[in-house]
Amino acid sequence: MTQILPSIVDGLLIGFVYGVAAMGLTLIWGVMRVINLGHGATMALGMFCTYLLFAHFALNPYLGMVAVVILSLLFGVIIYGVALQRVIQAGYLSTLLATFAVNMIIIGLGTWVFTTSPRNIDFSAGSITIGPVILQGTRLLAALAAVVITGALYLFLHFTRPGKAIRAVSNNRAAAELMGIPSSYVLALAFGLGTMLAAVAGGLTSTFFPFTILSGSTYQLKSFVICVLGGLGNPLGALLGGLFLGGLEGIIPTFMPVSWVPVVEFVLFVLVLVVKPTGLLGSK
Amino acid sequence: MKFWKYYPVILLVVLGLLLPGAASSASAAEKTITIGFTASQTGSLNVEAIRQINGLNLWVEHVNKAGGIKLKDGTVIKIATKFYDDESNKDRVQELYTRLINNDKADFLISPYSSPLADAAAVIAQQYKKIMITTGAASDSTYKKGFTLVYQAYTPASRYLTGSIDLLQKLDPKAKKVAVIYSNDKFSTDVVTAMKKYAEGKGLQVPMFEGYDPATTDFAPFINKIPAGVDAVMGGGHFTDTTTLARQLYEKKVPAKMISLLVAPPEPKFAELGEACICVTGSSQWEPLCKYSPEAAKKEGIEWFGPTIPEFVKAYEAKFNKQEPSYHSAGGYAAGLILQKAIESAGSIDTAKVAAAMDKENMYTFYGHIKFNTAPKLHGLQEGHEMVYIQWQKGKNGKPEKVAVWPAAASTGKAILCKR
Repeated sequence: MTQILPSIVDGLLIGFVYGVAAMGLTLIWGVMRVINLGHGATMALGMFCTYLLFAHFALNPYLGMVAVVILSLLFGVIIYGVALQRVIQAGYLSTLLATFAVNMIIIGLGTWVFTTSPRNIDFSAGSITIGPVILQGTRLLAALAAVVITGALYLFLHFTRPGKAIRAVSNNRAAAELMGIPSSYVLALAFGLGTMLAAVAGGLTSTFFPFTILSGSTYQLKSFVICVLGGLGNPLGALLGGLFLGGLEGIIPTFMPVSWVPVVEFVLFVLVLVVKPTGLLGSK
Repeated sequence: MKFWKYYPVILLVVLGLLLPGAASSASAAEKTITIGFTASQTGSLNVEAIRQINGLNLWVEHVNKAGGIKLKDGTVIKIATKFYDDESNKDRVQELYTRLINNDKADFLISPYSSPLADAAAVIAQQYKKIMITTGAASDSTYKKGFTLVYQAYTPASRYLTGSIDLLQKLDPKAKKVAVIYSNDKFSTDVVTAMKKYAEGKGLQVPMFEGYDPATTDFAPFINKIPAGVDAVMGGGHFTDTTTLARQLYEKKVPAKMISLLVAPPEPKFAELGEACICVTGSSQWEPLCKYSPEAAKKEGIEWFGPTIPEFVKAYEAKFNKQEPSYHSAGGYAAGLILQKAIESAGSIDTAKVAAAMDKENMYTFYGHIKFNTAPKLHGLQEGHEMVYIQWQKGKNGKPEKVAVWPAAASTGKAILCKR
């Protein structure tokens, strides 16, 4: 028990951040039917944005998250306008290739500017000891930030006009347009929000793990697994899927070598695809 | 009068006789050799690799400034270098070393940093019959492949952490359990496998022995698995992952009495961890605190070659903005010295003659004792050089301070047990 409890808690705390990242991916899919292969690269940009603000302007990484939110939202809208708008009607393959191209451009430019040398935000938020569990401050703050962001997203989508417009376009784009909703703007906003969630998840991850411009690919893969677990297109499912995956990553190593974690994760991934392709919570 | 009339003619004849000879003797007197290597200027190994190149480049500068390597026949060998960034990527190494040999016509090779990369490069060196000095590469297995032209500057991995076991038993004779968390790359696996065998031979138990992927950033699953009652945590891998492991061991308040990790602790940059680095010990190939000297070498009846430790440290700090040289820097410089000595002894730059001189090399440098195993099955394995163990302790100003703690003969302070 002294091993299991700390492992589960650690896993769940990370799971919140996984959940935020997966929510970005699932939001874009749910509204636009686009599989965003630039998701991991965007996460890496979030990491670097937080790092640069911390290293060069001594900005607290959690305050820096405000800048990450604004910049990544703008970045997402621009990427939509430049790379996706013209191919959004052209089918899955075209949008898949467009986002893959964005991914390669970000990684190429990022490698040129930042190199692939690891960076680290040397920020400590202390730790709290509760019985056998030692809660690292950075992980705890990241989990809290993830909860706040999820709450804010929920309020935005359900209680604001642009949020309701996103949901309307997600349900039926043609009907939404007939009601006077400018779907193109709404899609741009949705892609911006998805990008923002990825960047914020990256920024939060950078407060406790070292990273490079290539680090996003690991989290992108996890995001896909989470989306399938929670149901592609379901933001709440993504958050719960993140917690489930995090918990799993925490608990598996207590029974078997850590190297077995991806094996179990992907066996589960295949099982869900085979047995319940709509995900554990079902997709919208 | 008549003589002076013919003076210009005589002068031309004399010059005509002398100049070709002078020209030919000048061309025989000076040659430039190219030393090829790849350097991980980017990627996860860049911290150690850049220091290694700094050391090597300093050696090149010193040799050329001193007029080159002087051979017995009067020939002077100047050094030129050619290198590429391997991005810390093993797959790039073989392609780049082939290019160094075929396109850039490198005469001698220095390995990239790290055992996996050096191992990949060694295959190419042997295949193209080029001498390679490996530095920053401690894995034993490279030298068990029957290579005849690959020579190791570092103490082999099998002797890397065994001193930590001795130190643990000296500090706490009642110590019983050691947990090992290690990067599952070639070098780290070699080190901890040898260390585990040594620890068990000394009566210690190793209840946890688990490898992690070198790209791991989250060590919580490993740390949470450390069994209760463990006296020491040992292992790690290279700078980036080991630094993260040390940081997370501190944040998780792991109550081990001793934490001994690979590669990162001797690096001056490790002190940036602040409190998290206090009490962490590590093995080092070399430290500025070491006591190697021409006098000590003379007592052992072994030849001294190259600068002394203070001379090297002073020159390095002057060139690299007062940055203290790490063992990676010293290893880079030492690789150059090993090659220089062999070329001088051989009196030639011919590969076979230099290799024969290398086989006979037995010398002390600022970096320590250098002697290679020449048995066919272990050819090129370093057998002269010894490790030094350091520990980060709180200095008088409260800042982390590096202290040499083991072996006793080389120590500059007493080792302490961790209190976390």
